Amino acid sequence: MQAEKVDQMVARSAAPHTEAKPELVRFDAVSKSFGALQAVRDVSLSVREGEFLTLVGPSGCGKSTLLNMTAGLFAPTEGTVTYGGVPVEPYNQKVGYMTQSDHLLHWRTVARNIAVPLEIAKLSRGEIRDRVDELLDLVGLTGFGDHYPSELSGGMRKRCALARLLAYDPETLLFDEPFAALDAQLRLKMQMEIRRIVAQLNKTVLFVTHDLDEAVALADRCVVFSGRPGTISEVLDIPLPRERDLFSIRHNAQYVQLTARLWDEMAPSAAAGEN
Amino acid sequence: MIMFISRLGILAAFLGFWEFASGRLIQKYLISTPSDIAATFWEWLLDGRIFFHAGITAIEAIAGFLLGAFVGMTIGLILGRAEKLAELLNPFIMAFYSIPKIALAPLFIIWFGIGIEMKILLTATIVFFLVFLNTYTGVRSVSQELVNIMRLMGANERDVMRKVVLPSAIVWVFTGLRLSVPYAMIGAIVGEMIAANRGLGYLLSHASSQFNTAGVFAALVAIITMSVLMNTGVSLLARISMPWEKAKQKREISI
Ligand SMILES: Nc1ncnc2c1ncn2[C@@H]1O[C@H](COP(=O)(O)OP(=O)(O)O)[C@@H](O)[C@H]1O
Ligand SMILES: [Mg+2]
Repeated sequence: MQAEKVDQMVARSAAPHTEAKPELVRFDAVSKSFGALQAVRDVSLSVREGEFLTLVGPSGCGKSTLLNMTAGLFAPTEGTVTYGGVPVEPYNQKVGYMTQSDHLLHWRTVARNIAVPLEIAKLSRGEIRDRVDELLDLVGLTGFGDHYPSELSGGMRKRCALARLLAYDPETLLFDEPFAALDAQLRLKMQMEIRRIVAQLNKTVLFVTHDLDEAVALADRCVVFSGRPGTISEVLDIPLPRERDLFSIRHNAQYVQLTARLWDEMAPSAAAGEN
Repeated sequence: MIMFISRLGILAAFLGFWEFASGRLIQKYLISTPSDIAATFWEWLLDGRIFFHAGITAIEAIAGFLLGAFVGMTIGLILGRAEKLAELLNPFIMAFYSIPKIALAPLFIIWFGIGIEMKILLTATIVFFLVFLNTYTGVRSVSQELVNIMRLMGANERDVMRKVVLPSAIVWVFTGLRLSVPYAMIGAIVGEMIAANRGLGYLLSHASSQFNTAGVFAALVAIITMSVLMNTGVSLLARISMPWEKAKQKREISI
């Protein structure tokens, strides 16, 4: 009954800002097995340019595997993954990857960490300095360039990793539960930053999470996975405004209904997923 | 400061007891006395003997150390990145590793004679394994996820090596180097004791063959001093090469 109402609302306002944009990533009947274990089965999905997609589902349902295939780290066992219309080859350098662990180089200062992709791209010293300053400013780390990662808090380390990720300006950002280890307050803050930066730089995002609130709050569209092997059980359009205040959104009726619906969706698979 | 004074106190008490016990509780030819040892050491200092022998030993130990460390690091880096090759060679490496390296000394004498080369190579062989195994472990402990992230940034194998593998292995390399210092001394000294007419090892065994207990202890003091100096050198080098470690320590204290 309630679900129906949400459906109607979704149909009326379905993510207007991405409608006209061309397709960027496409999964076509993709399956992936590791030996005898099938991790992903028959996933078909299309991601449009500039879209913020969240992937949510119980752990072990192949969400990370899908990101890895997008980055070209794994090839699908069946089906194809295309990026910009071309099948993905190893090391898809159009994407940037950020995982739960920030993978900062602890022997480099914050500024020199952010400089890594710029050094790889062989930018001149002056260019690197300017770009690093810009990025420090963008992620709110101005003045911390000379600190070592070990001197930073968890949230600041995430910001540093984010700046490094943005440094080489990848078209698409892959996030794999990047904020899972942060406390609730810090997580909310980082979520806001991500939305702001992604909108500002017009990035396409695939964001994996197992946090249902996060899945709804951040997304233009939310892909719900179930089971093992992982399959898509539903794709939800999130008809929340592009410019949204993640802090007050918790009181938004649509938001509340959508998360409630996700909860109902996930509950049976969570109960079955215990093993 | 209190720590320093306490340590000095312990040392003084120990030496005092030694001086007292010698000839009273334990026969003097077994343990000599601190004052005799100091006198012998002083005499060797004055006639320059200690500098000559210590110089020889230092050259052997340091040259062997550098050679072993260099080869160990290089092969550790290569095998660390070449998984298949490392797997192939594993049983041979382990078989070679399990030989007590000192047992190779007689063979090395046949091959290289009783000159300085034999001691350098013996030392290098011992140091090689410690540095090699540590470097290898360091390279293997680099996270594949991190390497993938670098690859997505456009890094080639050379970038990965220079920006990730080498710096993250360097902590392990220095662990290997630090462990190696006393073993480098063992290589040089034992080499000299077996076959030589110079070096601290020779001084040691020569004094012993003449029942000059004070001389034996004086030679040991020289050996300890050299070990400590080499250790300090490696620690200094580590501190210069890894400035970020200081930041880490500061953090540990501040929490
Ligand atoms: N490199 C791999 N080798 C073997 N099995 C893997 C590998 N990566 C993932 N798997 C398996 O595939 C399944 C899905 O994993 P993953 O994509 O990490 O799930 P999720 O990210 O949704 O938690 C799991 O059962 C996992 O053990
Ligand atoms: Mg995962």
